[in-house]
This record gives sequence, C-alpha cells and structure tokens, in this order.
Amino acid sequence: MKIHEYQAKQLFAKYAIPVPKGYLALTVDEAESAAAKLVAETGSNVVVVKAQVHAGGRGKGGGVKVAKGGAAEAKELAGKILGMQLVTHQTGPEGQKVRRLYIEQGLGIERELYLGAVVDRDRRRIAFMVSTEGGVEIEKVAAETPEKIMTVHVDPTVGLAGYQARKLAYGLGLEKHGKPTVAKFVTLVTKLYDLFVKEDCSLCEVNPLIVTKDGDVVALDGKINFDDNAEFRHKEWESMRDADEEDPVELEAKAAGLSYVSLDGNVGCLVNGAGLAMATMDIIKAFGDKVGVAPANFLDVGGGANKEQVTKAFSMILKSPHVKAIFVNIFGGIMKCDVIAEGVVAATREMGLKVPLVVRLEGTNVELGRKILADSGLAITAATTMADGASKIVAAVSGTA
Amino acid sequence: MSILVGSETRVLVQGITGSAGSFHAAQCMAYGTQVVAGVTPGRGGEKFEAKDIGKSCPVFDTVDQAVRATGADTSVIFVPPPGAADAILEGFDAGLKLVVCITEGIPVMDMIRVRRAIEGRTLQNGEKQRLIGPNCPGIITPGACKIGIMPGHIHKAGNIGVVSKSGTLTYEAVGQLTALGIGQSTCIGIGGDPVAGLDFVDVLELFQRDPDTHGIILIGEIGGGAEERAAEYIKGKVTKPVAAFIAGATAPEGKRMGHAGAIIAGGKGTALEKQRALMDAGAKIAPTPSDMATTLMAMMAKRA
Repeated sequence: MKIHEYQAKQLFAKYAIPVPKGYLALTVDEAESAAAKLVAETGSNVVVVKAQVHAGGRGKGGGVKVAKGGAAEAKELAGKILGMQLVTHQTGPEGQKVRRLYIEQGLGIERELYLGAVVDRDRRRIAFMVSTEGGVEIEKVAAETPEKIMTVHVDPTVGLAGYQARKLAYGLGLEKHGKPTVAKFVTLVTKLYDLFVKEDCSLCEVNPLIVTKDGDVVALDGKINFDDNAEFRHKEWESMRDADEEDPVELEAKAAGLSYVSLDGNVGCLVNGAGLAMATMDIIKAFGDKVGVAPANFLDVGGGANKEQVTKAFSMILKSPHVKAIFVNIFGGIMKCDVIAEGVVAATREMGLKVPLVVRLEGTNVELGRKILADSGLAITAATTMADGASKIVAAVSGTA
Repeated sequence: MSILVGSETRVLVQGITGSAGSFHAAQCMAYGTQVVAGVTPGRGGEKFEAKDIGKSCPVFDTVDQAVRATGADTSVIFVPPPGAADAILEGFDAGLKLVVCITEGIPVMDMIRVRRAIEGRTLQNGEKQRLIGPNCPGIITPGACKIGIMPGHIHKAGNIGVVSKSGTLTYEAVGQLTALGIGQSTCIGIGGDPVAGLDFVDVLELFQRDPDTHGIILIGEIGGGAEERAAEYIKGKVTKPVAAFIAGATAPEGKRMGHAGAIIAGGKGTALEKQRALMDAGAKIAPTPSDMATTLMAMMAKRA
C-alpha cells in the first residue's frame, strides 16, 4: 500500500525525523491560507506547492513549484497544479489527476542526498542505501554510477548499529558540514530504521535528504510503502488510504477477496493461483501476439471459486470495454472441478454473458465438471490443456474482431 | 526414492483445530501420511478425529509436548498470519528437522526475524533443520507422504523432482508428467513470498544428491533473484537435466501479481533475465506452460 508524501512526513514527524513545516490543501483557497500561515511562521516568502499523487517524478512533470512571492504567488501556482493531469514516468501517458496539494516552507539547500530503505529479499534483511546523487532516481544511479551508492544490511536481532549509521554518514562526506551534521544524520537514520520496522514498511525513501545552509539534515521528500501482509496489525492504515489513487477495479477485487490487476489486452482471464494466472497470461500472449490477442487482466480467484466469486470475477472482467472473450483456467486441487463448473454455468446464465467463453478444467472431478459444462446448453467452449484453451480463445477473438 | 520426506516421516499439525488445519490434516491422513499429533494452545488433551477414514491423533498445547509424546520429526503449519512466525520458531525450538508453513500473508518483517533466528540451525546429530514456505502448497513424495494442500491423486511415484514458487502451476506440471505416465520423486512448493525458507538452490542440491531423481522441473516467476542463483548453481553443480518455466513474461512492471514477491521493480526481476540465466546454465526453457513435461522428456530422451 502506498501513501502520500504529506502522510509519510507526518510519520517522520512522529518519529522525530526533521521535516519542513507544511500543510495539506484541498482547494486553492486552502493553499493560499496555508502559504500565508507559513510566511508568518517562518518569516520567509518562499513556499513550495507540491502535487500529492502516489507516482514519483512529480517535479519533472510540473507538479512541484516554488513560489518566492509568498501567499499570492502560491495561490496562483496552486490554481495551475490542482486538478491538472500530472504525467510522470510512473503514471503512464494518461497521467494522474491532482486532487491534493502540500504547501511547504522553502529551505536553503546546501546539498541534496539520497536515503532509502528497502527489504533486500536476496539478503533477507532491510537494506539502507545512501547516495550523493540526491533528487535523482535511485534506479538511474544504480544503472549508471553504481559506485555512488553505499549500502548497509541490518541484522534484525541487533537493529541498525551505530557504526553502520556512521559508515553511511562518512560515506556521504557529512563531516565536511561539521561534526553536529554527522550526529544529526546518525540520529535520523536510526529513527528511520525504527519507523521502518514498527510501521511495517516495505520501502522508505527520502529523496532528497538535504543538508541546509545551517548544517541541519532534513527530509525534503518522503515516500513510504507499507507491507500489505501487515494490515491486520495496523488499523490506522485504512484512514490513510486514498482510493482516488488506486485502480477502482483492483480495490473492488480486494474487497471481494480476489487478486486482480488490470492490463490492456482483450481476453479476460479467471484463474486459480497466482503462478497459474501469470502463466495463463503468458500463454495467451504466446499464441495470440501476432493477431493482436493479449490478456486484459491478471485474476487469481484463490482457493475458492463458487458461483458468487465467479459472478463477481466475470462482472469485474467485463467492466473493461476491450474484453472480447473470457478464458477460465482452473486446476482443481482441493477445489473440485464440478463445483467450479456449476459456478461458471450459474454465473454465465445469471449475467447473460455475451462474449465467447473458453473453459479449461483439470484436476479433481474433471470428468464431472466437463459434463456439467457440456450439458448446460450454453455456448461454452471446453478445452483440455492450457495450449488447447489458448488456441481456442485466440481463434474466438480473432474470429470476432 | 525421495528427498526430505517419506513413509517414515512422523508429522504433527500446528493449528489442527482450525478449519484449514483440520481439513488438510484429514486429507494427509487419508493419503497415508503418518499424522501423529496436532497442536493448538489451549486444546491439549483433546483428540483429533478424521471420522470418514477412521483415523485420529492426540492434540497438545505445545509442539515440545507433542514431540516428546509422539516422536514427531516434521510439522506443517496452518496457523493464521498473526501467529505463524511464532509457530515456525516453536517448531524449530522443539527439534523438528522439517517445518512446512502453508500460511499465506505473513508480514515480511516477521519472516526477516524468523529467517535470522533459524539461520544455520542443526539438530544434535548435525542434521540441518529446514523450513519450507510460507505461502506454499507443501511437499509430497508420491505414494508415501503428503504434507500440505496439494491434490494427492494427480501424483504418481517416479523419478522426476519438481520445485516451484507457485501452487497451481506445480499441479499443472505434475498433471502433465502423470498424463505422460511419468512419476515424480518429490514435489516441493517453496512459496512466492519475498523472504522464505528453502530456496531453489537448497532443493536443487537435494535433488542432485538423490539417486532416484533423474530429472528436474523448476518453476519460477518474476521478482527477486532466486532463479538467477538457481541458474548459477545449475551451471556448476547440477548434472541432471533441468527444464524450467518462468511465469510472468507478460506482467507489467511495478504491479504485484498475487504473490507478495512477484513484482518487477526498477526493471529487475523480469522473466526474460531469468530465462536467459537458466538457458546459459544449460537448462531448457519450456516455451509455454503447457510444455513443461514434454520439454524435460525431450532433454532426457536426447541424453539417453
């Protein structure tokens, strides 16, 4: 789960990680009064207007602007940013509508650095990374100048050790800004580890982390992703969720206990198991690529595929106007094929399904399941193997296109 | 005929009184697995009965008690996510040689701590203690021992080892083998979580050493670097034929595809990279998921 920059900074503040002063604004007028408040509090006319969307690269896309003329200029900039379709390298060409702004004090920047923490699955530890290339995407730095990234891995039984924090501080050359700056960084990174663990993050990024002209170390940006599996012990996450930033179909699927990801093809897929669901997408593409047939979604119905779930899944698949056919691929283990077949037949009847439907069943009670499909009198094409199913679905789509 | 589990394996079920635990304990018993005990704190002294098949086992409050009373050496965990990490540690501390965790949805922070705590642990006789999973279907040695949630009847005893990150895709491979009349030595689902127990390399090492495993099917997916490490290991150490399939060639970047670990991040962990690494190591890549068994059979026929 992703949250906004302003929410990440609220968490930083909770852990006493220094952040600039700032206020959330949902309207242009709120932006103006937030800016006025900041000017009064800081005595500086410099405020920053920042679009709040979950995608990165906001600055380059025109979603972050500096107002040097106080509240009036901030209001003008807010009017331009609020409501715009912000296009960044992470949003896709259609962009993401800006619905929230964060109005923040401007700070005198001496240096921009990168600080990030992720779960390093290969080392099975939390990794802290720093780089002197602040404000630049870390993937770009990793690809072009990997020697500029320094990493430490944290032993979970010990926590981030003092020497590791110092190693990062001296690696960034912070001693050049004075001993207090080194100490401030060590405190900040230690608190960030604490936050990462207690808040069940999967990623924490401060890009840039800045050294101010006064030698302070401040989180100028903040990005936090939470580990979805830990939701059961973080009831507060629900109130932090911004449904506007998520795919409505994916949210609906989650509520129904289905795992769903929208893609841009034309064959709806209903599969049990994540690996088999990916493999089903792959085989549709392999058979259909040359004739313009591709998967429209990833959908894992999990261990249970009863009538209600199949109906729900079909209705979600059909929300995409591009879907020209549906491929059901089930390997029944504990879930019996006859039960699934009954669910598919009932859902097809109930919904008056118009698009071609290819169903491949395998596993427990497969003969019974195939008989139920055949006897239903519905226009369901049965398939025996994944390859058979894929070739039939490709024929169905390219024939009707 | 197998690795890690066989007809002599004595299994206890952690979380046996829950709905998944009781259902699958009975299924494993019906397959012929020696399920000798169940554990649910607060339910010690009860008896677990699989009425349909006329089998039962005692229930204990702790794994330690169950091990002392029944000589169990392996456990399977159906405890829900909030208590699952603790259940794994309890199994290791009670001296089990193998813990199989089926539970899906354990927070990654819990698994980081568990992995650290069990790293390098051995029994008094020097034997390694091992964890399979979490978020996996389990392990089966066909005809001898089923520990997990896979459908037993699609398997057939034989000489092909199967190791996979995915549950149903493992069944798909097994189904293809059995349909060709080819049996399996042992099939292991290692799970799709970012931090877990045995990985491909650990299982490949066991299959390579097992005289009754003649060929291997490896099923990976996008995300992480486990398939690349497997390729490295195959290159240097595996002389048996390996056919592989990597799921997720069509998955978009940055989207989690069901499994917590199945995500392409920063251009890393793509199916193509993994396929290339495995091919370089001498494995054959099944062109589609429908060709896993035939790809391996073609390799074996060529060598014979």
